[in-house]
Amino acid sequence: MKPPKFEYLRPASIEEAVAALAAAGDEGKIIAGGQSLVPMMNFRLLSPSVVIDINRIPGLGDIQEQPDGGLKIGALARHHALETSETVKKLYPVLHAAMQQVAHLAIRNRGTIGGSITHADPAAELPMLMKLLDARIKLVSSRGTRIVDAEDFFLGALSADVQENELVTEIYLPPLPQGAGWAFEEVARRAGDFALAAVGVILQVEQGKVVEARIGVMGVADTPLRINDAETILFNQACDPATLEQTVQAVLQAIEPSTDLHASAEYRKHLTEVLIRRAIGLAWLRATGENNE
Amino acid sequence: MSDRIGIEVTVNGIHHLHEVEPRLLLSDFLRHTLMLTGTHVGCEHGVCGACTIMLNGDSIRACLMFAVQADGCEIQTVEGLGSIEKMNSLQEAFHACHALQCGFCTPGMLMTCKDMLQKYPLQNDAQIRDGLSGNLCRCTGYTHIVEAVRLERDRRDAKQVENAAEQAQ
Repeated sequence: MKPPKFEYLRPASIEEAVAALAAAGDEGKIIAGGQSLVPMMNFRLLSPSVVIDINRIPGLGDIQEQPDGGLKIGALARHHALETSETVKKLYPVLHAAMQQVAHLAIRNRGTIGGSITHADPAAELPMLMKLLDARIKLVSSRGTRIVDAEDFFLGALSADVQENELVTEIYLPPLPQGAGWAFEEVARRAGDFALAAVGVILQVEQGKVVEARIGVMGVADTPLRINDAETILFNQACDPATLEQTVQAVLQAIEPSTDLHASAEYRKHLTEVLIRRAIGLAWLRATGENNE
Repeated sequence: MSDRIGIEVTVNGIHHLHEVEPRLLLSDFLRHTLMLTGTHVGCEHGVCGACTIMLNGDSIRACLMFAVQADGCEIQTVEGLGSIEKMNSLQEAFHACHALQCGFCTPGMLMTCKDMLQKYPLQNDAQIRDGLSGNLCRCTGYTHIVEAVRLERDRRDAKQVENAAEQAQ
């Protein structure tokens, strides 16, 4: 329950961090909030010989509205900063809502967005939100800079497209469609625990028809998923009972949850059905102005 | 590589200089190096909340941070809240409501409650229980802890009203 020895480095800039990563080869590990890394080190599931602490890099946690109406989030932005950011609340109410469900206050005070998406837990909220919001993830290494779409970033359970010696430095969220309706719904055993199932929906509606639909689910596969088949069904339709039912069925067909000690596959599927029906309805109401909360 | 790194921390207002191994957890630094055994260690992987302390004014899990990372930081542990002779208001609320039995979770509960009381309105029991959800207690069934937080919240709100009235004068 104590980590083995390691060398500790505290770079003062992204350049220094990247150089330290390159020098450490495959022995180096970045520590940001440490809320996933340190438990794994305490259990000796991971034993990096070099730990590179990015917590003191100035500006790496900034949350900044962009001229295009989008948002740049520094990799070191803490969950509590996202939870309480007025900019996030204004631009991405769905992200604001989801952040209320992320872990517990003491974890949110330390945990970071860069750490959460790099850790890529399929039951964590931020990876799914990144896919739902069409995020673009910036990675820096001694070889240069790479931008990866969230859609391609999550490769499997606890596996993200972070190549050797790369550091996630920034996440860009493009602006949401004007007046888009949204919903985030989750069920967990206990407030703040990992989700048994959760869904996120964004709907843009014009003249009574859906012109853009995004449907994300999590906790029911190795990675968070966008359900393109279900999004296509909603396109150019009103959210009438028949369309809603068809959409829900498309979501259920696209997922294959597994059974673990927290919940059975059947129960996760049932939760997803209940949550997605509720979320689409709520997003529709918000998009059509019938519910302005 | 050198085994130990010098750190400077302020704990409960007292300045400390120490050399620590990088792998030393902050929880062990507090308990074993500084002998501040009020911070309890339950699970050592961030689940139980017993080791919750304040770092630069925010609650954190001391078992999920290395002591070397706290260099230059200000820490408050349960020892910094009050003493047996002179409890602080939150500790008094726990006492009055019988919000502890064996006491193992209490240091973490107190630090968690301190942070949630300074950050959230806690206007109903659902919000209070949500705030407590990251701390495990096996004795109380939580009900008395919820009552203690309610009591302390009411004192906090009354004080805010008082302060506002004073400022208005």
